[in-house]
Amino acid sequence: MPFTSHSFGIILGAGLTLAIYSFLYQDNPAFKIAENLYVGVSLGYTIIITWFNFLKPDLYDPLIVPVFSKAATKEPQYALLIPSLLGIFMLLRFSKSLSWLSRWTFAFVVGLGAGISIPRVISAFILQQIKPSLQPVFSGSETIFSSIDTLLILLGVISVLIYFIFSVEHKGAIGKLSKIGIWFLMISFGASFGYTVMARVSLLIGRIQFLLKDWLGILQ
Amino acid sequence: MLLLLFPCFISFAQQLPAFLIPPTEFKAFDTPNDAGETVSLTWTTSPSDAPDVFYIIYIDKDKNGTFEKEAIRIKSNTSYRTSVPEIYGYKKGNGDYHYVQINPRKVFNGEALDKRQVYYFKLAMVAGDNKIILDTIAPASPRANWLHTKKINNFVIMIILSAIILYFIVHARRNPDVFLRKIGGLDAVDEALGRATEMGKPVLFVHGLTGMGSISTIAATSILGRIARKIADYDANLKVVNNDPIVMSVSQEVVKESYLEAGRPDAYNPDNVFLVASEQFPYVAAVSGIMTREKPAANFFVGYFYAEALILAETGATTGAIQIAGTDAYTQLPFFITTCDYTLIGEELYAASAYLSREPMLMGTLRAQDVGKGFLIIVLLLGTILASFGFEYITHLFDAF
Repeated sequence: MPFTSHSFGIILGAGLTLAIYSFLYQDNPAFKIAENLYVGVSLGYTIIITWFNFLKPDLYDPLIVPVFSKAATKEPQYALLIPSLLGIFMLLRFSKSLSWLSRWTFAFVVGLGAGISIPRVISAFILQQIKPSLQPVFSGSETIFSSIDTLLILLGVISVLIYFIFSVEHKGAIGKLSKIGIWFLMISFGASFGYTVMARVSLLIGRIQFLLKDWLGILQ
Repeated sequence: MLLLLFPCFISFAQQLPAFLIPPTEFKAFDTPNDAGETVSLTWTTSPSDAPDVFYIIYIDKDKNGTFEKEAIRIKSNTSYRTSVPEIYGYKKGNGDYHYVQINPRKVFNGEALDKRQVYYFKLAMVAGDNKIILDTIAPASPRANWLHTKKINNFVIMIILSAIILYFIVHARRNPDVFLRKIGGLDAVDEALGRATEMGKPVLFVHGLTGMGSISTIAATSILGRIARKIADYDANLKVVNNDPIVMSVSQEVVKESYLEAGRPDAYNPDNVFLVASEQFPYVAAVSGIMTREKPAANFFVGYFYAEALILAETGATTGAIQIAGTDAYTQLPFFITTCDYTLIGEELYAASAYLSREPMLMGTLRAQDVGKGFLIIVLLLGTILASFGFEYITHLFDAF
């Protein structure tokens, strides 16, 4: 293989892959180099992404450029001063006397997050879950199996809900239903486990293909 | 005689488009409950509706315009009112009317349009070379709505749950002895912290990948506060790793508060609550490195996790640490269950802070949530029984638009 920037990239990629996998044996200097490189590169990448995806289009172009450039054609968006100030308050954490201002930003972020989440959570976790569960057990045109299916779903939803009731002691009928709920949970976790393991194996296959095909050229 | 006439019937049917029967009741109106982007159009079905018959809607900005711009073209056997229950509900007659939505700004792409512009529509029916255009001109102007009235069920549920929560908070303040069932993972917190104190090794608290907008992260910071309080009491060493700068700052505040509450502000070290990496797998690599080098006595994985869950928990398990995980990430729970000593499943994560602190406000909230679940169980049972007998009123109350 001629030494080009492409081949150098492949060798570097293969070396870093092996360095990361070496952690499976034990912690070692090769892993430490790869780990620190990974963290450093990701930080640099994040800074570039933050500038080009957020700061430049959302702050620099609509506010800073129109204010300071005579050639600007658009009016500055002064409303952006408010989020900018909140962002600056975050940086004031480094000042002992002004760090209290950063709490305003936290309050805003947490409050906004909760405010946006509440209707979404009600929609996603209550409405969209309850409605499909309210199916007729029999409607005339269904088979016995679809009726059993509906009943199983109903039993699963109710028993799992009972498992997640905390202020009632799980004894008697509640205890039995709660145990059924655990069974439903574990069966679904088992299915999810198998599904995800398959996905992880496909990721491993991708990495091995890179090593054997792109790097060593054993696979064609 | 019939046999002789049959070819004539076939011939008549093939020429059916020449006798297109126009629809009626062509109307346009502002689409309700939207951001002012679209207008809705509706008209009756026609006996001529067929897969090879099309409806074309022409749009113009002038009532006396030429109506040459085609806004939409649909097959005449598609697009019914049944597809928009948020506007027409579940009436039986909805299948007798066609319904389409048009975004005029997209149709007049690139043209400067007034926000209050009224648009005019004409309906045409086309089959091959045959075309009939209705005389009716339907005007409409898209307007933004302040409220989405069809989300009233969401609002009502929020109000009812909030009222129940407030009631039980007040109740819990008067009577703080609210029963809480045993949660295995939380009983083990003291054991894990005690072990860390005895061994003189740190406790590692690993945040998930989501920001402060996520409910699981808010729950995680609440649990962190309780753990930090106990660590301050035990004089153990706590390290909190983050991958989000805002979560890190909130965590610093929370841990600081806990040390203050414990009367040990001097023991708080802000450097122990730090940002590791903001990307997923660099975060994993760095946290794995911390685990193998510092060998914490206890690892807490609390928050919303993705593919990193198994790698982190496996690495922690190899170091011999007691591991307690808490997440509502459904896909990652199996991995935590198999690799951690204790796992808080889903809502146990939200219950954890109430369980650890026994604060009346949190206990009241938890009790109210249980009442909410009881209410949903009743709705499920009642709704299924009624739906089985053909009454779907309760089912439609839970429409999510």
